[in-house]
Amino acid sequence: MYTQSMDIPDGAAKKPTAVPDAMSEQEAAFEARIAADGRIEPQDWMPAAYRKTLVRQISQHAHSEIVGMLPEGNWISRAPSLKRKAILIAKVQDEGGHGLYLYSAAETLGTGRDEMLEGLHSGKAKYSSIFNYPTLNWADVGVIGWLVDGAAIMNQVPLCRCSYGPYARAMIRVCKEESFHQRQGYEALLVMMKGTEEQKAMVQDAVNRYWWKCLAMFGPPDADSPHSAQGMRWGIKRISNDDLRQKFIDATVPQAKVLGVTLPDPDLKWNEARGHYDYGQIDWDEFWNTVAGNGPCNKERLATRVKAHNDGQWVRDAALAYAHKQQERAIKEAA
Amino acid sequence: MTTKPALKDWPLWEVFVRSKQGLEHKHCGSLHAADAGQALHMARDVYTRRQEGVSIWVLPSSAITASNPDEKGEFFDPAADKIYRHPTFYEIPEEVGHM
Amino acid sequence: MSTLNDYLLHLADNAVVLGQRNAEWCGHGPVLEEDLALANVSLDHIGQARLLYQHAAAVIGGDASEDKLAYFREPHEFRNYTLLELPHRGPLVGYAAADRDYATTIVRNFLYSALMVMVWDKLQSSSDETLAAIAAKSLKETSYHLHHARDWLIRLGDGTEESHARAQAAVNHLLPYTEEFWTSSEAERAAVAAGVGVDVPALRADWDALVNETLAEATLTRPDFQGYITEGKVGLHSEHLSFLLGEMQGLARAHPNASW
Repeated sequence: MYTQSMDIPDGAAKKPTAVPDAMSEQEAAFEARIAADGRIEPQDWMPAAYRKTLVRQISQHAHSEIVGMLPEGNWISRAPSLKRKAILIAKVQDEGGHGLYLYSAAETLGTGRDEMLEGLHSGKAKYSSIFNYPTLNWADVGVIGWLVDGAAIMNQVPLCRCSYGPYARAMIRVCKEESFHQRQGYEALLVMMKGTEEQKAMVQDAVNRYWWKCLAMFGPPDADSPHSAQGMRWGIKRISNDDLRQKFIDATVPQAKVLGVTLPDPDLKWNEARGHYDYGQIDWDEFWNTVAGNGPCNKERLATRVKAHNDGQWVRDAALAYAHKQQERAIKEAA
Repeated sequence: MTTKPALKDWPLWEVFVRSKQGLEHKHCGSLHAADAGQALHMARDVYTRRQEGVSIWVLPSSAITASNPDEKGEFFDPAADKIYRHPTFYEIPEEVGHM
Repeated sequence: MSTLNDYLLHLADNAVVLGQRNAEWCGHGPVLEEDLALANVSLDHIGQARLLYQHAAAVIGGDASEDKLAYFREPHEFRNYTLLELPHRGPLVGYAAADRDYATTIVRNFLYSALMVMVWDKLQSSSDETLAAIAAKSLKETSYHLHHARDWLIRLGDGTEESHARAQAAVNHLLPYTEEFWTSSEAERAAVAAGVGVDVPALRADWDALVNETLAEATLTRPDFQGYITEGKVGLHSEHLSFLLGEMQGLARAHPNASW
């Protein structure tokens, strides 16, 4: 899964840092490496703003994976066959793994996972808003795989070449696993579309509810995306929101046709001159309202994460207490 | 919303996986665990879900000493002109064949 | 239904019910790393259940299938140990909602996997070749589950005061349910006689030794057993199973003619 939220400031909006007039020697070397499409590694010097932006972007991405376990995890207990149950567990587990790879990448920048989780739990850090919508029928699981993960892949493949080494490497690992996610979702929908009328209706209902939310996932239009330009310049964002969105739509329309579902946009049609599909107006007010915390499931998702974390405290404490006791015993034995 | 402090002192471990016999262990990421034994098990569950490995190493991240990028010049540049270390530096008559 | 089937269903139902329970932690674990670990355990159980149901379906013939067996049988037809259907928490009636307790999860996984490594080991030489092959695969998985649960049980028992108290409470709560292991059902006796199944009561001494040794290392005590011996494996379950199956089977049963 993925987050659109690299463009969404955490908490209070921050202005992108202006490039200073006179660069230090270190900064010049950094800029030169970025310009040459080189990689930055954890120990290299980097501007504070680059570090901060990366921590924000990677941790938001990680949070999205973790929160993203919830809407689909919702259906694990009710999966209608054992095969689908196993696939779904493996998939949701992968999201957890992706979150972990990403936290791991962000930690190389000197911010601990505890600090990042604190940001999530306090509501300061954002995560992808797509997970603030409910999963209402079994087809939602397939649609999330097909559309949400499909959108994720669009965004993540370019990030495999991002300028920060650990992030790029984490994304390579994530992308390898992600194509399973999209394919399993699409295949599950194909089977349903060959099934009963009720099954077909479930798929169409899920597509209707998720289509527009998926388009919004790519983030606000380029014109309203203040962080984009800097991110592009730094090589931590490779393709603009609007370009990715268009690419996604162009790729998805034929898939929808094969599936036999209607995408709920009367303005969606091929534009010969542009060589792309035209599409209707995204409801950005609704999007921003959800980002701001007022979506249908924001409170539930966050409260669930906080509860899992707090309920797990005694377990984490126990493991640590045991490790310390073992260390002391080893020291005593050696003495 | 209240949150209790996270992962206090569960140290960070670096994970290295050997993908198959005959290859070296390769760094693949990190994780948090209370002790080495647990780190090893967790590494198995986190980093080898798709048969990526036949052997795992974990070591505390704090145990790694890394070279300083500021000293990259003195560390690595001196090797650049030792071209005589490479086999292609030496010309051997063709009739000798592969050597 | 034949004896072999009843026996296969006992093994399969054990796996599916515990797999279903452990999957409840997915996304809610005490730490991300553990979320992944428990999902792996659950996936192994679902995998075991599928192989066993497929085998049972082949033996039954007709239109029997893996999913028919898992999704379209009533609670009283399930043959799993009662231990495995209990929620992840202390003793409460079926309809009482409560939080999940990781100690309960770990203790249950320990008690069950300690038995199953011995059962799968013996089943490798079952006269039923398919079952023997499933056992060989399951043994490796279950050995890992035992390792995982045992490590955690020791950490919880010998961790903090709170974790010790929780682990002890979970042991006190769950251990009585293991008495069901040692009473042979008719299906088990017949399976043993046919060379298909394992004489589980004969494993008791080894199991006791493993449990006692682990509890001692975890600084926990073993309560004396008294009272009711559960009979889930003959279809007489706790109140919890029909809640579990209601959730698991609901969607599939609402669309009996659908395939997924």
